Amino acid sequence: MNTSATFGVGTPSESDFRDTRDGDMSDIGLTKGHVTVGSVEIQAAKITARGVNIFYGDKQAIHDVNVDIGKNQVIAMIGPSGCGKSTFLRSLNRMNDTIDGCKIEGDIRIDGEDLYSPKLDVVELRARVGMVFQKPNPFPKSIYDNVAYGPKIHGLAETRADLDEMVEKSLRRAGLWDEVKDRLFQAGTGLSGGQQQRLCIARAIAVSPEVILMDEPCSALDPIATARIEELIEELSHNFTIAIVTHNMQQAARVSQRTAYFHLGRLIEVNPTEQVFTNPEHSLTESYITGRFG
Amino acid sequence: MSKEPIYLEKIQRSLVGRYRAERAFRGCGMLAVSLGLAAVLLVFVDIFIKGTGAFSATYIALDVTYEKDLLGIENLADQRQVNSGDWEALYKQALRRDFPDIRKRGERRKLYALVSSAAGYDIKDRLLANPGLLGSKETLWILADDDIDSYYKSWLDGNAYTARLTDGQIRVLDTLINTERMQLHFNANFLTRGDSREPEQAGIWGAVIGSFLTLMLTLVLSFPVGIAAAVYLEEFAPKNKVTDFIEVNINNLAAVPSIIFGLLGLAIFINLFQIPRSIPVVGGLVLAVMTLPTIIITSRAAIKSVPPSIREAALGMGASRNQMVLHHVLPLALPGMLTGAIIGMARALGETAPLLMIGMVAFIVDIPAGFMDPATVLPVQIFLWADSPERAFIEKTSAAIMVLLGFLVTMNISAVWLRKRLERRW
Repeated sequence: MNTSATFGVGTPSESDFRDTRDGDMSDIGLTKGHVTVGSVEIQAAKITARGVNIFYGDKQAIHDVNVDIGKNQVIAMIGPSGCGKSTFLRSLNRMNDTIDGCKIEGDIRIDGEDLYSPKLDVVELRARVGMVFQKPNPFPKSIYDNVAYGPKIHGLAETRADLDEMVEKSLRRAGLWDEVKDRLFQAGTGLSGGQQQRLCIARAIAVSPEVILMDEPCSALDPIATARIEELIEELSHNFTIAIVTHNMQQAARVSQRTAYFHLGRLIEVNPTEQVFTNPEHSLTESYITGRFG
Repeated sequence: MSKEPIYLEKIQRSLVGRYRAERAFRGCGMLAVSLGLAAVLLVFVDIFIKGTGAFSATYIALDVTYEKDLLGIENLADQRQVNSGDWEALYKQALRRDFPDIRKRGERRKLYALVSSAAGYDIKDRLLANPGLLGSKETLWILADDDIDSYYKSWLDGNAYTARLTDGQIRVLDTLINTERMQLHFNANFLTRGDSREPEQAGIWGAVIGSFLTLMLTLVLSFPVGIAAAVYLEEFAPKNKVTDFIEVNINNLAAVPSIIFGLLGLAIFINLFQIPRSIPVVGGLVLAVMTLPTIIITSRAAIKSVPPSIREAALGMGASRNQMVLHHVLPLALPGMLTGAIIGMARALGETAPLLMIGMVAFIVDIPAGFMDPATVLPVQIFLWADSPERAFIEKTSAAIMVLLGFLVTMNISAVWLRKRLERRW
């Protein structure tokens, strides 16, 4: 039975929603064996997820999710709190491995390689799939050391000059260079929230990952800082594959090419962003984007 | 939207009670703090008043003539002559000259007893350091016996303590005082010498060195082991029954009375491994075992307090678990770990009971030169002196407590300082 209550990371409550433990979800337009509507498969997929189930102990957080993430595209994952979108995102670079009792079933592949194969090295995977978190979390080190950390541990820079160049390039791409070039050796934690988040993005792109996962990267930022990050996402999408979880539907509409709508651990709909916001296929998606809940 | 007046009235009425409760609560807190402070102050002041006396000692001025005949020494370079020389004869002669009226043997012996039994050695050291003085005469300040010290200090306070002195001795002392040939000098012996049966010769240095050696070993053994255990348990150990069992046992160990650790040391280190008794090695081992749970528990708490976002950031960058711990968790947890270690060390420094079990309570005069030399430690020295009957040991005991407290306060302040300094880095 897949009717147990669902929980998302950090939101162990589903109080916004009706209790579905009785197994009857038909009144909100969700059937037990829900099949995602829209275009699950796309050409030139970077990541393919098939039949993904994620459990926290006995609780199933993700039910049978199938989705492709296109190369050098931005996919936005939206949905009400606790719908499992962060959980799914974190499964894409195996950050869930660090959570006790988290179990993943199904098949996730990056360029055809099985993410959860025992042969795959998780350290290498995370160098390929970077992550930016909800709360800016720079290391309590200097700005320079924050960005240089990835290249250092992966041994990417041969010389100090190489490293300097990598740091500058990453900071420039993150649009932070001009603001911090005079204080590279001051604490990264001394920056403003928006600058810290851009520092985290610079840190993530310093190792030239193929995919960047962003877990509500703007939720702790003011509108101006948010706008800068959104511009940055737009620019980065030319070179990186980006998956972004957001609560802000305007943001999803602005930055993404495709949008995935999650509800109670199920992927309800995946479609080009324009279609999701103008002509959603599923009634739940429509309810959510029109603000009937969430 | 305004509230109905009846609600406002109720709120106002309840406010009175709430403020009263707050005042009462604060009052109780302040009372508790003041009681504690008063108790600590009382103890400190009492110890201070009793102990300061030990940092000065009574000296008597005597005109000593370094006569070759009296000493039986022709050549100071001859070790055998020096060793067999009658050094005490010098101050005895000086005393006889100053008090020619005292002729009876018994009274003479009482007269000689005014001077510490170590005076002969002090004179010897003086002459060996200045060989040119042989044959000449000079006025020397000679260390007085502890009974004289007690008498003079109490006389200065206006309430002379005469119980251990004869009338003849008191007359001699009064003469010395009146002619200003009795003075209090700084008592360097107390800070530079080892223990002694004679209070005026007893010093704290042997115990200080013993404590230092023991604690060094304790730190070297328990800090790395404690941190390694804490890091493993917190970061690498699988969360299962075995880990839980270990955790419960570590917490239990922290609560075990310290004398049990002493018995453990006696049974294992001394009986089984045949390590000699009374030496800093065995003391350090016992105290390390005793301190280990404290260090593990505080280190784990320090590791736990590192924010998970930092771990996620490191792992998300592709750091291995080991790199995450070494690059991020340990540097951030280090101040807390150091504080825990220093507090553990401070506890070990003040520990007496387990050391009694492993023979560090022995009477040791020599200052230990290494980890294998018999030694005693500060709290045991306090215990020994507090147990001694001589009146002069009262002030020695208090002074030793002052020294111990000084070390404890220094360690605790350094813990706070270290933590502030390391935390302020970012």
